[in-house]
Amino acid sequence: MDQQVNTQDVLKVNGLTTYFFTRRGVVKAVDDVSFTVRAGETLAIVGESGCGKSITALSLMRLIPSPPGRTIAGTVMLDGTDLLQLSEPKMRQMRGNKISMIFQEPMTALNPLLTIGRQVAETLILHQNMSRQAAQARAVEMLKFVKIPEAEQRAREYPHQLSGGMRQRAMIAMALACNPRVLICDEPTTALDVTIQAQILELIVELQRNFGTAVILITHDLGVVAETAHRVIVMYAGRKVEEASAEELFHRPLHPYMNGLLGSIPRVGLTKRATASEHVALQEIPGIVPALNDLPIGCAFAPRCPNAGDKCRAAIPPFEEKLPGHFAACWHSDVGAKVPT
Amino acid sequence: MSNPPPVIEVTDLKKHFPIRKGLLRRLVGHVHAVDGVSFSIGQAETIAVVGESGCGKSTVGRTILRLIQPTAGTIKVNGTDITTLSRHEMRPYRRQMQIVFQDPFASLNPRMRADDIVGEPLMVHGIANKKERAEQVAELFVRVGLRPQQARNFPHEFSGGQRQRISIARALALNPKFIVADEPVSALDVSIQAQVLNLMVRLQRSEGLSYLFISHNLAVVEHIAHRVAVMYLGRIVEFADTADLFANPQHPYTEALLAAIPVPDPAMKRTRHIMQGDVPSPINPPLGCHFHPRCPIATERCRVEVPLLKPGADGRMVACHLR
Repeated sequence: MDQQVNTQDVLKVNGLTTYFFTRRGVVKAVDDVSFTVRAGETLAIVGESGCGKSITALSLMRLIPSPPGRTIAGTVMLDGTDLLQLSEPKMRQMRGNKISMIFQEPMTALNPLLTIGRQVAETLILHQNMSRQAAQARAVEMLKFVKIPEAEQRAREYPHQLSGGMRQRAMIAMALACNPRVLICDEPTTALDVTIQAQILELIVELQRNFGTAVILITHDLGVVAETAHRVIVMYAGRKVEEASAEELFHRPLHPYMNGLLGSIPRVGLTKRATASEHVALQEIPGIVPALNDLPIGCAFAPRCPNAGDKCRAAIPPFEEKLPGHFAACWHSDVGAKVPT
Repeated sequence: MSNPPPVIEVTDLKKHFPIRKGLLRRLVGHVHAVDGVSFSIGQAETIAVVGESGCGKSTVGRTILRLIQPTAGTIKVNGTDITTLSRHEMRPYRRQMQIVFQDPFASLNPRMRADDIVGEPLMVHGIANKKERAEQVAELFVRVGLRPQQARNFPHEFSGGQRQRISIARALALNPKFIVADEPVSALDVSIQAQVLNLMVRLQRSEGLSYLFISHNLAVVEHIAHRVAVMYLGRIVEFADTADLFANPQHPYTEALLAAIPVPDPAMKRTRHIMQGDVPSPINPPLGCHFHPRCPIATERCRVEVPLLKPGADGRMVACHLR
């Protein structure tokens, strides 16, 4: 991509497995997921609702509600420290300090009873031992960083007095206040209008460039992925099914699920029609995502896959490097590989 | 399509919601949700209304169905003015006009079974006896791609896409001519969106349905609509054939909206112009052109004089002093 990416691995996730133990059986929300993120790099995790992308993020932050959820295997190495082995007080020192997260709906993520300035200052007081006054001043500075106009005034206001875009900016200011190594953005723009979405994405990219933060972007919007991500992981039913650089993935999707996703989104400027009133049907992925407590044997995508054969229904395909730097878990990835038109 | 009257014709539609405050419910102002909107929809035509949240697009849809009483303006259905009809007089028209809502989780009664939900409009309007109703419901299930075996299930037993199919089946039960689809696919996953959009197009072809398709997703709109109305703070700022609008937007707001859509292709990174600022409050909208505080080309005239929606070249309508 245009910006330089350091080769230093900041976050190394290996074999992350989070299950929920419920009365209706074991829900395999995240199953053996591994990835690394480098400083200054944006890694996108894409997939549809229920594919495990948010649970992956919450597992990294150790915010899985337990019971019923538990991360039962894997390591999450942040600069050489395994977050999963830390005691809860030690982990609390990491959250908001070394690893931060912003959420989809800023109104529910912010405390409605505290001013914006106080909420940003709180992380600084907690993690950087700043005095209240110094932290307040730094909070206003952070609000200016994220381009909130009249930052001094806004710092004294409450979340409900801000627009949705402003609130998300305040969330970003809070997340970046301690200059964390990793920033997890869970659907950061899904609740926002397109023009505001463009502003927030631009801001995240710009701040990342300035701070060298490693960003994990969780989204279902392939457009957002294409515009901001360096590398992409595609998840389906709790497992990683494909991983590649953004360019590679969009131009040569190997997994039939990714292929189907790319075919099913209407694109501005690319809608094909014979005449003005003629619609060309969108490519559909038949069926629905399987329930995570009742996964099919073999490849989870097989029931919806056009290429599925007996082998797919019998065994889970291994996640392997099919092309240089391009990984996929599919028995038929050679068949699935075709350039989307 | 000048000979038969348009299925829906809306003229100068306005809806102002009063804001009341204090103990005496004193009137302190109005939300100008819809502020003078006119358009017509022909048979088997899809008109899309697009805009950001708070621009009044949903209010337009609901006002046309008289779910909300308009403040001013007229609504004609097949040439008949329905704006002031009584509840009783509205009934035959209600059969012709239906709505599909955004959230298939909130718009279906969780205590009713799927076939009762789909059959309820038939019962309300006293069409068909029990046996005929069951047949019609089964037929509707097939038409929208649901398995009739699932008819006795409750809404929570269906996925999001299937629930939206139930909503569509319910809307189709009375053989309407016109359906308002208010963000019908926004709550669905992309792979499911395609299924529902394809279904809507297929039904339009087979039944000659007209749609008012309300959406903030321009890519979806480009796919499904014949003509597009772009709304900003209660007014239509541009109205054009879909192909023209996307190929060559005239209004600066349309341009900015199109520029803001992320393109699912990393090779097409644009040096884009990102519009700054938020949508102003519809309680005290800016004077003159509502868009002028965010407009890159605004002049003195835009700050004082409201631009009218006037036909420009090739029949498209633009409300801008400069275009």
